[in-house]
Amino acid sequence: MGSSKKQTAVPVRTKVPSPEEVEKRNTVHINAETVTNVTSTDFPGFYPGEDHSWDIEKFRESVHVVFHQNDPYEAQFSLIGVDASIANAFRRIMIADIPTLAIEDIFMWNNTSVIQDEVLGHRLGLIPFTGGKEGLHNFLKWYKKGETPCDYNTVELELKVKCENNESAPANSKDPKELYHNAHVYAKDIKFVPKGRQAKYFSGENAIRPTNPDILVAKMRPGQEIDLTMHMHKGVGSDHAKFSPVATASYRLMPTITILEPILGRDAEKFQKCFPEGVIGLEKVTKEEAKKKGSGYEGHEGEVKAVVLDAMRDTVSRECLRHDEFKDKVKLGRRRDHFIYLVESTGQWESDAIFLESIAHLKEKAKRFEKMVVNMVQ
Amino acid sequence: MSSREQYQVPNSQGFTTGASNNDGNSGGNSGGNSVMWYTCGDCAVRVPLEKGAPIRCQKCGARVLYKERTKRMVQFEAR
Repeated sequence: MGSSKKQTAVPVRTKVPSPEEVEKRNTVHINAETVTNVTSTDFPGFYPGEDHSWDIEKFRESVHVVFHQNDPYEAQFSLIGVDASIANAFRRIMIADIPTLAIEDIFMWNNTSVIQDEVLGHRLGLIPFTGGKEGLHNFLKWYKKGETPCDYNTVELELKVKCENNESAPANSKDPKELYHNAHVYAKDIKFVPKGRQAKYFSGENAIRPTNPDILVAKMRPGQEIDLTMHMHKGVGSDHAKFSPVATASYRLMPTITILEPILGRDAEKFQKCFPEGVIGLEKVTKEEAKKKGSGYEGHEGEVKAVVLDAMRDTVSRECLRHDEFKDKVKLGRRRDHFIYLVESTGQWESDAIFLESIAHLKEKAKRFEKMVVNMVQ
Repeated sequence: MSSREQYQVPNSQGFTTGASNNDGNSGGNSGGNSVMWYTCGDCAVRVPLEKGAPIRCQKCGARVLYKERTKRMVQFEAR
């Protein structure tokens, strides 16, 4: 009887931290000169007696994506409830692993402009191009080095411009653009040469064309000439930055501003000026607030007070912490699991599609890794 | 040094190899096989010069002449 009692395991009591404690753990403290509490602690074994094991259901409930801005070539969204390692993985995949098409080989027939062949070639390579999404993402395949260029792995472009005197230029003109034809060579002067099945995928509004037609490539004077053919291939940003689908993808943590004690009157106005526009608002102290004892508003009815309107717009300049009157009245911080992404596309993908693609890529990587681990164990 | 870089004496057919777009400048080689085309450093006009002729632009008289760029294709990687 006694032995049976000993065998029954003591029920494991999992401690559950209070919401305030969770909030505290989840905040990066931003002080006047230091930043503290920077590392996450929500992993098993850090807090004795608490259950921090990873659980798919818990994860499903806690993760959120909120879009703030979703334009074709610029998106801003929040990814809430993930660890920094995951958020950073998405950012790095967006920059370096999503394939795009870029100029890779240049066959220079003639270049008598003042810009050197190599420099011109490098400049051309960095021009972002766009075109029909179906053709870019599904029809075009990878090009292996040494392979014969085919319609499914190579896109041919042509740039053939010659600078000449403009006979009809105004007599007193000093502007080279008026005096000469083709004094400036722009990205829009590059012509797409469809080959084979490319005519089907890249015709009309789906044609391969520079995303920004007004990029200045070179300047010329009469008698100078540029004549070259280019081959575009698919590539990834880890190989060369010209293949990156984003003109940078970055994230920042959600700022928090907590006003601990009332900031009133002229101080409130000064406080508002410490932040970017729209972060801090001014409101009148209401009758109820003024009546409430211990609120700090007693006898201040009708005066203005500072309130936080939109902490997301804050740049966390910490200007308010430089002034003694706001010391101990305000607490700045950042939410550790709230990532505000800014994804700016270079034109081959819609910016929200880049994020979705990065998720698919991470999933593929995880699957590949799982296979490798299983192979290792066997 | 690759053979491409070596100097080759131009003949009446233009250049020996790879001269696919010899856009009419061989037209100036009227019989004489020693005519070379240069560009004037002053007025940018194209100047034909025969062997032994004074180095001088026929149009403006400038004495600085530049050699023309090769007509051969040069391949680059856009990196």
